[in-house]
Amino acid sequence: MNIQFRERPELAAKVQAKVAIADCDIHPARATKQELYPFLAKRWHQHLETYQEHPYQGMMEGPPYPKAQPNASRRDAYPPEGGMQGSSLSFMQKQHLDPNHVVLGVLNPLKTGQGLRNQDLAAAICSAINDWQIEKWTSKDARLKGSIVVANEDGVTAAQEVRKRAGDPNFVQVLLLSRNVEPLGQRRYWPIYQAAEEAGLPVGVHAFGFGGNPITASGWPSYYIEEMVGHSQCQQTALASLVLEGVFERHPKLKMVMIEAGFGWAPSLAWRLDRNWERLKSEVPHVKRRPSEYIRDHIWWTTQPMEDPERRDHLFDVIDWIGWDKLLFATDYPHWDFDDPSRVLPAGVSDANREAFYLGNAKKLYGIA
Amino acid sequence: MTKHVIAPVGELPPGSRKFVTIDDRPIAIFNIKGEYFGLLNRCPHQGAALCEGPLIGLAQSSDPGEIEYTKLGEIIRCPWHGWEFDIRTGQSYCDPRRFRVKAYPVSVEPGTSVVKGPYIAETVKVAVESDYVVVDL
Repeated sequence: MNIQFRERPELAAKVQAKVAIADCDIHPARATKQELYPFLAKRWHQHLETYQEHPYQGMMEGPPYPKAQPNASRRDAYPPEGGMQGSSLSFMQKQHLDPNHVVLGVLNPLKTGQGLRNQDLAAAICSAINDWQIEKWTSKDARLKGSIVVANEDGVTAAQEVRKRAGDPNFVQVLLLSRNVEPLGQRRYWPIYQAAEEAGLPVGVHAFGFGGNPITASGWPSYYIEEMVGHSQCQQTALASLVLEGVFERHPKLKMVMIEAGFGWAPSLAWRLDRNWERLKSEVPHVKRRPSEYIRDHIWWTTQPMEDPERRDHLFDVIDWIGWDKLLFATDYPHWDFDDPSRVLPAGVSDANREAFYLGNAKKLYGIA
Repeated sequence: MTKHVIAPVGELPPGSRKFVTIDDRPIAIFNIKGEYFGLLNRCPHQGAALCEGPLIGLAQSSDPGEIEYTKLGEIIRCPWHGWEFDIRTGQSYCDPRRFRVKAYPVSVEPGTSVVKGPYIAETVKVAVESDYVVVDL
């Protein structure tokens, strides 16, 4: 038979990645708000229903910028049983993990207690999200690993959550977001880095979050596209702060991952930091090495959304600076700006670098055998 | 080129689309205001099922402050990255130099001629008194 009618549109057949991959940025969602209740004390059920959540960003119910697709997600990623994109393990397996040969998937929950003003509620929701990751995802599919989400603005409480989860093989990193009340190198966040270093866990910094500040360094822009490109700006602020506050000097074993904010800007930021450090280092004597050295030694980068210059050698120049051993492939599933593993890396990459890019670096960083 | 019968015309009213797989190729057939068009249901950018996206119009600006919204219902927007293509031609509006989605000619043929062939229509029951949407590939 050469004509087949389908009741429901299915995925297009396509060229699949032939190799096993790690996906270092997967966003699991809840099908309903109540899905978190089994992991929250009764006291918080009533609190949420009476007072709701109160974020740092005033007057904000959802993300302040409209998204290009519903829930910022692929339109073909709604689970057949209902619920928003990313809320069904079985559909994630069928649509993404199985066909794309994902052998390690790092979960980065975004809608958590991070960014709430009520710090007790923030901590309770974050801890519940961590339990929920085990119950709904990592205990059901051994390929998936969780990220410890923490009440980021309360460093001491956040560090307690990290210590509580330390050594638990369900988790492979601590997760922060790029927009916070203050730049990420500042002291209120230090206990988090201390606890992560002790636990031997990398700290991921994912784009987004809302800390009560405008989303750019010079106010609120008009368009969603400005938010999308502005992530690299926020991430640069965070990274410069981490270096210049001496976080890596204090925590020589700390590893950090820049997630979903690009990497093409890394050399430029490092060059600018180095040049200014040469002249201004008396202001920051605790920064003992060239800023670029901290960046090269301590920072890993997820790839999505992959930079796509007209000339591929420009991309390779940037990667040569960063190091092929520092890139972590990511799709951002189920979000709309998903990168397909079979399409993302141009030709002309050695087999060893390709393997490191898609899988080896992630396994090594996250300690997966 | 082989002609494949997709459906009786009554099954594909204006504004609707139908998904079929022909020789392992995923194809979508669209009815735009009574005209029929066929596209490969695979985005040339990263391979998503392009034709499952929303039908929209084309927003263009000749000068700042002047916005024209044309081709309503004639542009398909990819469910992943939002790439926009003209259903009539397969032309990309995001990167027209590098990308085009494969378009297939679609016609309406009377049942009397479909019955004679050479058409392939294993799963469509053909009757002489109806008209049929036929794609050529």
